[in-house]
Amino acid sequence: MSESTPLLHLQGIDKRFPGVHALKGIDFELETEEIHALLGENGAGKSTLIKVLTGVHAADGGSICIEGRQIAPRNPNEAVTFGISTVYQEVNLAPNLSVAENICLGREPRNVFGIDWRAVGERTKSALNRVGLRVDPQRLVGDISIAEQQLVAIARALDVEAKVLILDEPTSSLDQDEVAQLFATLRRLREEGMGIIFVTHFLDQVYEISDRITVLRNGERIGTFQTDELPRIELVSHMIGRSAESLEHGAMASHEVSGHEPFLTVTNFGKRGSVQDLNFEIRSGEVIGLAGLLGSGRTETARLLFGIDHGTEGGYQLDNRSAHLTPRSAISRGVGLNVEDRKAEGIFPGLSIRENMVVVAQVKRRWWQRISTAEQKQVADEYVSALQLQPPNTDRNIENLSGGNQQKALLGRWLAVEPRLLLLDEPTRGIDIGAKFEIMALVERLRLEGKSFVFISSELSEVIRVSSRIVVLRDRRAVTTISRAEANEEAVVAAIAKHE
Amino acid sequence: MNRFLSQERLPVLITSVVAIAMFLIAGFKYDNFLTLRVFFNLFSDNAFLGIVAVGLTFVILTGGIDLSVGSMVGCSSIMLATLIRDSQVAPPLAVGIVLAFGCLIGLTQGFLIARFELQPFLVTLAGLFLCRGIALRISQQSVQIDHPLFDQWASFSIALPQKSSLSFAALLLFLVVGIGWYLSRLRPFGRAIYAIGGNRQSAELMGVPVRKTLIGAYVISGICAALGGVVFTLYTQSGNAVSGTGLELDAIAAVVIGGTLLRGGYGSVPGSLLGVCVLGIVQTAITFDGTLSSWWTKIVIGVLLLGFLLLQRWIESAALSRRALAPSGTN
Ligand SMILES: Nc1ncnc2c1ncn2[C@@H]1O[C@H](COP(=O)(O)OP(=O)(O)OP(=O)(O)O)[C@@H](O)[C@H]1O
Ligand SMILES: [Mg+2]
Repeated sequence: MSESTPLLHLQGIDKRFPGVHALKGIDFELETEEIHALLGENGAGKSTLIKVLTGVHAADGGSICIEGRQIAPRNPNEAVTFGISTVYQEVNLAPNLSVAENICLGREPRNVFGIDWRAVGERTKSALNRVGLRVDPQRLVGDISIAEQQLVAIARALDVEAKVLILDEPTSSLDQDEVAQLFATLRRLREEGMGIIFVTHFLDQVYEISDRITVLRNGERIGTFQTDELPRIELVSHMIGRSAESLEHGAMASHEVSGHEPFLTVTNFGKRGSVQDLNFEIRSGEVIGLAGLLGSGRTETARLLFGIDHGTEGGYQLDNRSAHLTPRSAISRGVGLNVEDRKAEGIFPGLSIRENMVVVAQVKRRWWQRISTAEQKQVADEYVSALQLQPPNTDRNIENLSGGNQQKALLGRWLAVEPRLLLLDEPTRGIDIGAKFEIMALVERLRLEGKSFVFISSELSEVIRVSSRIVVLRDRRAVTTISRAEANEEAVVAAIAKHE
Repeated sequence: MNRFLSQERLPVLITSVVAIAMFLIAGFKYDNFLTLRVFFNLFSDNAFLGIVAVGLTFVILTGGIDLSVGSMVGCSSIMLATLIRDSQVAPPLAVGIVLAFGCLIGLTQGFLIARFELQPFLVTLAGLFLCRGIALRISQQSVQIDHPLFDQWASFSIALPQKSSLSFAALLLFLVVGIGWYLSRLRPFGRAIYAIGGNRQSAELMGVPVRKTLIGAYVISGICAALGGVVFTLYTQSGNAVSGTGLELDAIAAVVIGGTLLRGGYGSVPGSLLGVCVLGIVQTAITFDGTLSSWWTKIVIGVLLLGFLLLQRWIESAALSRRALAPSGTN
């Protein structure tokens, strides 16, 4: 390939939002036949760079060249015509349309009568095959799981002739097999000459697939490195701007559980058609990890415990009394749920960070006992600094936070009401490595104060790290419980995978 | 999952069942109700409402609303009559002018809503006042139309068995429903309308031309409302500035009963025709009864509307809980 003109060349890209200088003169080069990882902490500017590059935001300065030709896409469609196809962070699909309609939206094959639905079907089939997703193309996107949606979004991006493929955290909800399948596809595309920009917070994946790495921090480019010449510890230091060893300081030495009597007990608890046979108890100062494959019933368990879904069998006892919770009564009895799908079920778009953070606290009070603005500020500021939320200005619209920082704000929302049991469904998803450790350290700190957690994560190492006990789910049943002493990756994987 | 009983189709299915049931029940109660004649008159008598509802469906599918359609009917009615009687404009040209006016109002409203992200409710509320004002400015008296070609249109009908017939207006209605269905199902424009109603931000990131599509929806609604006015004028053979007062509310009711969610994203054009039929059946049945006064229509429609709202909520929550259980079997 021609070494002189890179496939994609960004020079001095500058972008300001009101109050934030999101990109400070970024240079970036992408070659053909390259997978280029774009890394950085939450709020570093990765998504913003991608949005500028694809015409969602207008740049305040700088130039974009593709194959030496300067371009200025004004919207994602134009970017596609220039050969840039993108999967944006958070799933962006129309939930009310079918999988097939979503894949072909805006570029439907036509015949004399209009949209050629037969051709749509065929194109969908081959697009889904490319990402190895087996799902009925007629199903509404809103009815399929987040992982499947993510794959549909990728399939859509691969459906066009592109020279540049951009993936902004495409693997955040995928399981190992799905990631492997996706990577096989990416490698093939690379061989075909495509340039791929890949954003992720999973460093393993970076080392598995990328050729080069560009690190951003606070809107600045720290540098571009050959992946195989950059030790992981150095990479992390580049990302967080301090030495990586400092992350481990909160590591957990002993793991004493303070409570003796369980305050929450489930026996053979479950809901027909959802998840069944739940048997465990929670004491104060205990973290119950839920491990299992995607679709094994982890989220369903959290929903049952929080009272969104109601159990149809077995017992649920809270404080030695049988409980029939609704989310509202759960909150008033000190149980909280931090949801997995933050975009659809978590944030209140349009409200400020502060308002988003105090909303549960307000629910806990009566509606006439308004939390004064001063009080709101105080609460929000406390958790903003505890969670190192960027930018720390809590009056801003939560929608304008980077994905990872939204997640932190949601955590703050729950921590602000100090629940005794907090159900965390994928709390570290889309969060940078520094913040991941911060959140795990926070869980440990609160645990020592006597708080309890149910911790759900696809990353086994995290579950093992924080949990007092691990409940393994398989096929929507709790199959076994592993104590902290016995917990290691092999044991948990074996329990997850075991066939009877 | 069974797409046939999906969130989208189920309401339409239920509306059809209700419509048929009502027709049969009324048929049992009243002599001569269960005839082709009554059936086809349903379309002739409600053609203007149906045409307006089809246009409105597009707007509601995007998650918007168009309150100006009722005034538009009045405005186009009086405009058409004055053009033909006082200005001596040939009827086809007069219709063209009126439709162009509807298009212009729709374009303006759509532009304001799409470009400046103003609230559809308020923009079209302004449109409601504006159109009614223009209509009354043109003439406060009703204007009779006596024009041979126009009379020909008004009296044209296709004879069908059992002394029934389909009027010119009903044929127009079918044409509009057909075009609406085609646009919404078989044109990328239609998919874009649904995508915007589903999630506007996502639609934007998926490269849907959001602004153009939104403007298109309001233009369609404006043109349909103007055409509804023309049909109404044919029906009464006179133009009247106050005709169509409150019609926007009937049209919204018809669209919602036809299974379209006011929130946008779900619904269909044929569904709205069905909704209009339900309203028409209620009205006809009450006329047939003779002892009931006409405000019973409003009461029945009010009750029906509430019933459908509850039904939609129920379907939605069923879909939600199904979603929570959706097996995530990839691979
Ligand atoms: N539309 C917007 N309006 C105002 N500020 C914004 C907007 N979008 C992003 N920002 C700000 O720009 C900065 C960079 O955000 P960006 O989303 O690019 O981060 P990121 O690197 O993608 O982080 P993450 O890993 O969390 O996704 C953040 O401070 C964010 O708050
Ligand atoms: Mg991002």
